[in-house]
Amino acid sequence: MADYEIPTLGDVEERPIPQLAPGAMANAKTCYPASAAHQEALGFPGGLVPDWQEKAIAKMGDLLGRYRSLQVFMDICVKCGACTDKCHYFLGTGDPKNMPVARQDLFRSVYRRYFTPAGKMFPALVGAKDFTRELLDEWYNYFHQCSQCRRCSVFCPYGIDTAEISMAAREIMDHIGVGQKYCNEILGKVHKIGNNLGLPEPALANTLEGLEEDVKDETGLDVKYPLDVEGAEVLLITPSADFFAEPHVMGLIGYGKVFHAAGVSWTLSSYASEAANFSMFIGNYDHLRKAALRIRKAAQDLKVKRIIFGECGHAWRVAYSFLNTVAGPWDFLDPRYPVPQHILEFTYDLIRRKGIKLDRSGNEGKVLTIHDSCNVARGSRMGDFPGGQFAIPREVIKASVPTFVDMHRDTICEKTFCCGGGGGLLTDELMDLRIKGVKPRAEALKQVVDDHGVTHMASICAICKSQFTKVLPYYGFDREMIVSAHQLVSDAIVLGDNG
Amino acid sequence: MAYTVSGKTVEADEEGYLVNINEWNEELAGLIAKDENVPMTPEHWEVVNFLREYYAEYQIAPAVRVLTKAIAKKMGPEKGSNKYLYELFPYGPAKQACKIAGLPKPTGCV
Repeated sequence: MADYEIPTLGDVEERPIPQLAPGAMANAKTCYPASAAHQEALGFPGGLVPDWQEKAIAKMGDLLGRYRSLQVFMDICVKCGACTDKCHYFLGTGDPKNMPVARQDLFRSVYRRYFTPAGKMFPALVGAKDFTRELLDEWYNYFHQCSQCRRCSVFCPYGIDTAEISMAAREIMDHIGVGQKYCNEILGKVHKIGNNLGLPEPALANTLEGLEEDVKDETGLDVKYPLDVEGAEVLLITPSADFFAEPHVMGLIGYGKVFHAAGVSWTLSSYASEAANFSMFIGNYDHLRKAALRIRKAAQDLKVKRIIFGECGHAWRVAYSFLNTVAGPWDFLDPRYPVPQHILEFTYDLIRRKGIKLDRSGNEGKVLTIHDSCNVARGSRMGDFPGGQFAIPREVIKASVPTFVDMHRDTICEKTFCCGGGGGLLTDELMDLRIKGVKPRAEALKQVVDDHGVTHMASICAICKSQFTKVLPYYGFDREMIVSAHQLVSDAIVLGDNG
Repeated sequence: MAYTVSGKTVEADEEGYLVNINEWNEELAGLIAKDENVPMTPEHWEVVNFLREYYAEYQIAPAVRVLTKAIAKKMGPEKGSNKYLYELFPYGPAKQACKIAGLPKPTGCV
């Protein structure tokens, strides 16, 4: 564990702008490139194509024409500086190229050179640059130091969304044969097997049977974790990490208990056994649609009436914001329920209607806080009221635990910091970046641990859970203080007595 | 990258996971473990052997929970915890133990 330089945590009240460290991450270990096999499986060139510059510029033109937002973001920045100290990777690394405006300028400089009259004629005067191989390498490095969390866009007076620029940059790079191994290998598995892990149906069935045994041992009840049950009311789409990792699986156990207590029949699908949709991270809507259509097919094949998503941050953004556009219409589902619904909305509704009983003593001694996941916070909503994506998870947690404390106001809700591993960066070779990127969250967490005795931090995203359990120990936090929101529900829910 | 074991070169990916899992043997496992700074004790071997058995049946590494249960059964309930597995494989039981067992790296949000 001593191989990394661990930033010193500061005072969350002050959070000074770090001393600039130009070039600090210029030669950082960047992500492994996707192999030809991973690239070609997605229809991208296997390696850098000979006429890459021409192709990249053509693709940029295509994207500028297709997404008005991208065009506006290119033209509208006035270099006001509001975004400069808002990125967790800048705060953690001090590298000025991790200022959101600088990241945008990597893209903008090429845009100006090839798409604006001034940049074509007087490039040096307007910050326009030729798209050289060196610049491409810089793109690859710094567009993989953006977790697409969109915190900077909250502070930009024009709402420039760096995430969208970084997605476009990755889309362009994929099209010239420069892909990222982590995302592209995973997408290939989703298309082929149905989930990010590559978990085949027999292994999934075996894992779920194991959970049924465990819950039977714990409660004495036959709580089911059904797979491919035709005619179930609800299809649950959850990140495959929920089947595999800790503490994710405790959340899955909780979902099952909630369905059991509510008496609602449900099923998982072995065909659509993944909520995550990494296509968003690489900015590719064709793959986003292809992955989303698996969910549609599963819902039709299993003849369900409702679709509910488990705890997964970007999956919920894709589900809430894009599912209807890319894979709708969903007119075959029961129109009385939102399409799709979040498991937290489902549980919250049951709590309000007294459809389930929670006993806080099941979580005795725990003092909770919550990490708002970026894609839920800034890319979606829950419930039917503004801010539901903040209120609903909190209400569910508060109903399950004795004490809840929020972290510093600058680090929660729409201002939440990324966990440091989102946007396709949750890969081992980026560990240095991930450790530095979690710094602002770690500072805020430390404050509530020190001042309020917080014992656990709940998260509602598979990436956040994996990132925190991996990197927070470097800052001295216990790995097991990270919990799933439905893990808390699981430990509080009263089963077998719902009359 | 590649490993050299008994004069034979075994290909691995950038992170040290074997390209062809059939090339695995115990000597190679020992070598990978050494690279990972993991001293192989009988407990480590229990984990590695279980991973390989499970993989042979399901073509995927077991979920962490499946692994902890299996270890509890074999080695006693006090050892059936994620915490214990982290003691054995400090970089995380899923990834590090898979690497030593010659299995592909678990991918996704894990």
